[in-house]
Amino acid sequence: MVKNILIAIGLPLLAFGIGISFMGFKRKIGARIQRRYGPPFHQPLLDIIKLLSKKSDISHGIIYDLGPMIALGASILTIFFIPIPGLKLLTGSADVIALLYIMVIGSLGMGLGAGESANPNSSIGIARALTLMFGYDLPFVIVIISVLLKYHTTNLYAITQAQAGGHWAMWVLPLSAIVGFIVIYGAMGEHPFDVVTAPHEVATGPMAEYGGKHLGLLFIDHAFHVYIELALFVDLFMGGASNIGWFYVKMFVLFLIIVFFDEVLPRFRIDDAVRFYWRWPTIIALTSLIIVLIGG
Amino acid sequence: MEKMTEQQFRTIGNMLRKRSLWMLHYCTGCGSMELPAVGTSRYDMERFGVVPYITPRQADILLVTGYVNTKTLRRIVTVYEQMLDPKYVVGFGSCPINGGVYWDSYAVIKQLDRYIPVDLYIAGCMPRPEAIITGFMHLMELIDKGKATGYKRYKENLEYYKENQRKVLE
Repeated sequence: MVKNILIAIGLPLLAFGIGISFMGFKRKIGARIQRRYGPPFHQPLLDIIKLLSKKSDISHGIIYDLGPMIALGASILTIFFIPIPGLKLLTGSADVIALLYIMVIGSLGMGLGAGESANPNSSIGIARALTLMFGYDLPFVIVIISVLLKYHTTNLYAITQAQAGGHWAMWVLPLSAIVGFIVIYGAMGEHPFDVVTAPHEVATGPMAEYGGKHLGLLFIDHAFHVYIELALFVDLFMGGASNIGWFYVKMFVLFLIIVFFDEVLPRFRIDDAVRFYWRWPTIIALTSLIIVLIGG
Repeated sequence: MEKMTEQQFRTIGNMLRKRSLWMLHYCTGCGSMELPAVGTSRYDMERFGVVPYITPRQADILLVTGYVNTKTLRRIVTVYEQMLDPKYVVGFGSCPINGGVYWDSYAVIKQLDRYIPVDLYIAGCMPRPEAIITGFMHLMELIDKGKATGYKRYKENLEYYKENQRKVLE
């Protein structure tokens, strides 16, 4: 009982710590790629503290206030479904399928909140977010199905256990891993798929009308989101890890590659992004699925 | 004792807050030309946590770069009132101080401080990137000491500012 409460408090804190450290790394690495010195490593934390300590705040209605909280709550719920080394909380049977549904709630919560604000930029941003989700979910679902078929289980923890000893799904299903890697860019909103928050087109999209404490919550949600995407990829394709340090190292290597591409690529238009997702990643994912079905 | 802890809390808050300033640059005049240099690799203002942001709701600093004519003043006031407290205004270049080269123009306002409270001026025509970064450092010092209280002044003297705005805008 006490242990469960400790886990329930500790796991989100751990996820937040990991996520915020990656956000700090991203700004620092991005600055170094542009030959700048860059902000201090703890700058995202300072930003969140500043936003939460704003003295006045604006509200456009109840749903506007609830939107960031729905997104944050959905993110925290998702964290409990992702096994980390030494813990398998909420992992029963078919938890991968539950995960697929829960991961959508965050975007919907943000959509509700931003829609309430009646800012045209927010509306366009939300339309883009949902369209883009439509785009990357198709290849992502095919990838998940091929992984599930390969390991004959719908339990995420069992999948990580099956990859123990270096038999990573990345080497067994390389095509699916590539598609999963491309899907992360859309899910995390990195270049070239940052159409949702594109600052010069839609003024940060769904966040256009958010400020102060609401925006602070959205930033915390983003830190969770970074953790979720990376941890899910590590669990699905890089074989989980035996301890938390090794888990962090794997996530960091993955994140480093993501940031390197993110910093040098330009931005897709929304229609091009969806067209891209439904063409190449889908074809590759289907090929991988056929290989799994034939080869067993 | 209670007052003491509240004071300490506020001091720590200011200390952390000053390292993260999001800037909304209202580029009215030629001053905006200096900002890309400040933001990019050579002078890199992100070292101090100063980052350009897009919408008034997210921003902490309103940077008015250059002359303000009566048409843009209306927008500046709207943008300023949309920002969330604590908010700071930085007058950039000599035009917001005394009109600059537009000192005898009928369409340009001479002192920005009469219409919205300005916390800091960066003088010069144009100020060099070093001057801008020094200005931001000075603003951080003011925030740390709790002296950048323009948003409070605007609330207290709302009648005065509104009167001045009305004189020009109507």
